[in-house]
Amino acid sequence: MTPVVLAQAPADAISAPPIAYGAIAPVLIVLGGACIAVLTEAFLPRHQRWPVQVALSLVILAAAGITLGVYAGGSPADVTTLGDALSVDNPTLFLWGTLLLLGLGSILLIADRSVEPGGAFIPSSASRAAAAGGGGGTVTGGGDDVDRDYGEPGSAPTMQTEVFPFALFALGGMMTFVAANDLLTMFIALEVLSLPLYLMCGLARRRRLLSQEAAVKYFLLGAFASAFFLYGLALLYGYAGSVKLSAIAAAAAGSDKSDALLFGGLALLVVGLLFKGSVGPFHAWTPDVYQGAPTPVTAFMAACTKVAAFGAISRVLFVAFDTTRWEWRGVLWAVAIVSMVIGAVLGLTQTDIKRMIAYSSIAHAGFLLLGSMSITEQGVSGTLFYLLAYGFTTLAVFGVISLVRDSDGEASHLSQWAGLAKRSPLLAGVMTFLLLALAGIPLTSGFTAKFAIFAAALDDGMAPLVIIALIASAVAAFFYLRVIVLMYFNEPAPDGPTVTVPGAFTTAAITLGVLVTLLLGIVPSLALGMASGGPFSG
Amino acid sequence: MLLLVLLLVPLVGAALVAPIKEQTTAKWVAVAVSVVELALVVITWFAYSVPSAQNGARFQLEFAVDWIPAFGTRFALGIDGFALVMLAITAVLVPIVMAFSWEQKLPEGRTQSGFFALVLAMQGLLVGVFAATDVFLFYVFFEAMLIPMYFLIGRFGGPRRQYAAVKFFLYSLLGGLIMLASVIGLFVVSGRELGQGTFTWVELQKMAASLPESTQIWLFLGFFVAFAIKAPLVPFHTWLPDAGAEAPVGAGVLLVGILDKVGTFGFLRYCLPLFPLASQKLAPLVLTLAVIGILYGSLLAVGQTDMKRFVSYTSIAHFGFIALGIFAFSTQAFSGSVLYMVNHGISTGMLFIVVGLVIARGGSRLVGDYGGVHKVAPLLAGAFLVAGLSSLALPGTNSFISEFLVLLGSFPRQPVYTILATVGIIFAALYVLWFYQRTMQGPLRGSAVLAALGGGRGDGPGTMIDPAVAAERGATGFPDLSKREIGVLTPLIVLILVLGFFPGPVLDVINPTAAATMTEVGLTDPVGGVSR
Repeated sequence: MTPVVLAQAPADAISAPPIAYGAIAPVLIVLGGACIAVLTEAFLPRHQRWPVQVALSLVILAAAGITLGVYAGGSPADVTTLGDALSVDNPTLFLWGTLLLLGLGSILLIADRSVEPGGAFIPSSASRAAAAGGGGGTVTGGGDDVDRDYGEPGSAPTMQTEVFPFALFALGGMMTFVAANDLLTMFIALEVLSLPLYLMCGLARRRRLLSQEAAVKYFLLGAFASAFFLYGLALLYGYAGSVKLSAIAAAAAGSDKSDALLFGGLALLVVGLLFKGSVGPFHAWTPDVYQGAPTPVTAFMAACTKVAAFGAISRVLFVAFDTTRWEWRGVLWAVAIVSMVIGAVLGLTQTDIKRMIAYSSIAHAGFLLLGSMSITEQGVSGTLFYLLAYGFTTLAVFGVISLVRDSDGEASHLSQWAGLAKRSPLLAGVMTFLLLALAGIPLTSGFTAKFAIFAAALDDGMAPLVIIALIASAVAAFFYLRVIVLMYFNEPAPDGPTVTVPGAFTTAAITLGVLVTLLLGIVPSLALGMASGGPFSG
Repeated sequence: MLLLVLLLVPLVGAALVAPIKEQTTAKWVAVAVSVVELALVVITWFAYSVPSAQNGARFQLEFAVDWIPAFGTRFALGIDGFALVMLAITAVLVPIVMAFSWEQKLPEGRTQSGFFALVLAMQGLLVGVFAATDVFLFYVFFEAMLIPMYFLIGRFGGPRRQYAAVKFFLYSLLGGLIMLASVIGLFVVSGRELGQGTFTWVELQKMAASLPESTQIWLFLGFFVAFAIKAPLVPFHTWLPDAGAEAPVGAGVLLVGILDKVGTFGFLRYCLPLFPLASQKLAPLVLTLAVIGILYGSLLAVGQTDMKRFVSYTSIAHFGFIALGIFAFSTQAFSGSVLYMVNHGISTGMLFIVVGLVIARGGSRLVGDYGGVHKVAPLLAGAFLVAGLSSLALPGTNSFISEFLVLLGSFPRQPVYTILATVGIIFAALYVLWFYQRTMQGPLRGSAVLAALGGGRGDGPGTMIDPAVAAERGATGFPDLSKREIGVLTPLIVLILVLGFFPGPVLDVINPTAAATMTEVGLTDPVGGVSR
């Protein structure tokens, strides 16, 4: 019928690139599952949505995990597919596994409805505030308006179940992000992972103003960062004539062109990536967003976003900027130092535990940057291991934080944690263990991870940075210790918070985090072996 | 295998004791575990065959399994003479600490089972520290042992326990992290030198000779700072008086008696053999710190008003002697230092306990609140005198042998430092005897004593009380040693005297290792000969 048009096209114009479906199946499953979850949200009646969404999300993650396991179990060769857009190599597989496991933990935290009746999420707070008739939604000053509104009078509290497809989309975006082999794919993945996160930040049931402020802040700054990334991408395209990472490396190695475009582009690109990884001095959003977002979402952001961002940073530096490392390394040295110092020093002054963990994450981002900067196999494997270890510890920390509550919701002010060991020895013990892991005490995953990363950095000639990092660790240990002191050595306040008995989902998530933290501290060989299966491939 | 059992018994014991609700049962179980451990150490002592000089493996009773191959680290245990005597003193002190703490007053809400479990955990980790022959494993235990001590001080200590616990933890952690830089550096350097990174002590020691001096100095400094904080040497010492003063007495004995020795043990086991060139190059620096420590610690001990701080400062002075012996590089001085570590554990441990007994009776830590205790509690005062004389190294007590060996061994190579250190002995006599005189002798006085004796309305601070009345009231208000307390102190007094006259068996164990250390450093003795 229309053969004329087709016949006129040149034979080799656009042919569909071959796709290695087996290699990218986990991403396809997560993204496809997210679409199904959206449809579920649209067509199921409200009361059925929660169970179906939870089951669906878990099934999707399990299916993706099994597919990944089957594929990785065959120890496949490095594959680039989809017209070189995605590179499925050993770090990709490791990071996918990490992301899926952390995503599983986060979904469990998000799904829990026993800690906060009805779950931590509500629909658009504007409409709820209107429905509440000036009751709970009234602004009482600052971001601390207290909202005791659980839903329509006489009806069971409901939960906003859009959060599940959001989380799945974000996860799919992250998985694409760490595998992206060209900058354009990376940019699209960046947007796919960011947009749902912006929305998820604003869904808190309690302290809505704070939550919405966090969402807006995250969105505005995130949009800026994306713009930086895009501009950097454009400059690099101008330099190399391609957006492929390997092509940029090749162009930089064998060219006598002016480096202005290359380094201008690199700088802008890296700013965008460092923002996502909450590396100082691009960290300004982190404390506010961590504090304002609903705690399960904070856990998701803190664990998974960090993994995705540093996966991408490492890939970009390793593949595209290996040959020019001596030019840019000095700048990243400075960035790493700033991040470690900001995280460790400002963390000392925090009085809110979620903000404190946010500053701790900034310090950890500085440590991670050491690994990303070491362009060696050890550097890559150390970074991968660190991400795995840090992700699970943080996930469990936020899981624990979500349990300590008083009548107004989570008791996140540090003074409210006083004497917790007396009321709930188990919770205090778990939290102590996790904090020691964050501080990097031996026999926890934090120590093994620090060791792996610092050994790689030292081997690659960054001894001064390692020493600064260790001193920053010692400073940071002080604020972890402060929480332990509060829990164990202080007397509880008479009207202090209670520790909610966690439901099965939260218990499972915390147990997962604690177990991984312990196992990676005592018998890390398996994970270390997986992480060192090979570096990024171009 | 024996060492693995030695390591696991206290740790498993701690896990067993902690959840026991019935306090008396918990205490008995804990004591039983510590006695089993002591028996095991005795078996170890006889299982260890003293190597003839320059002949025989560096470590005995070895146990090793691969741990993290990616880091080249093994779970490797083994002991030499130094480690053996440290294990022995640990195993001796723990049951004594437990017996002492049997009826201690605890802060509200704390249980004895928690205290005893932490003590056992502490002991297990100490065994690990002394028996590790893999640098990574040593580091792990070195850091991990902070945690039980942190909780012992922070949960069971005196009024300013939080401050002291946090200060202790942060100081130690800072030192530990600086050491971590060196540990990682050692791994990286060994990877370059040997082709594959390793943490095995013996391998690293073989590599030491070929390391360039500049590398050695950097790595040495990392280890040195950690050990100098732990030991503690001036100027890294400021945490000890606080920690020592606020720790419950039982934990204080372990802290000053054993835990701090990890620092000096580390000098001997890690700094010297692994970085011989750097050790010699930087020896003047360390010796200066050591001598300053002796004089400064002694002077401050003279001026202390708090009895527990007093003991802490005397320890700082003693650690100066130990460091002097270690960095004087002679077999005699090494042996003297290790023997000093054992003796200091006994004598200062006893001094701490006696001070604890006095404080438990008077309810005050201030020196000025006591006077003439001898009149109401002669046995207690006598025990105090024995501990004090041992602390000032009176001939006939254990400390004399070790102090003499240190000075004798140090003099040929370092005459100036040795002469300066000898001045410290005079200060030691001053601080011990003056302290004894103020608290134990003379008429009954001081608010704590008078209050305990239930003095009349007219009895203010500084007033005296009629001896006859005092003797009558003393039995109840300020009682002399009970049977349990006599039981606690007797083994220590016996050890002080036995080691004072027959140090041979201990020195026989120490000497070959001291000679081996000399070989590893690559020096020969200035005068030659190994002393008995």
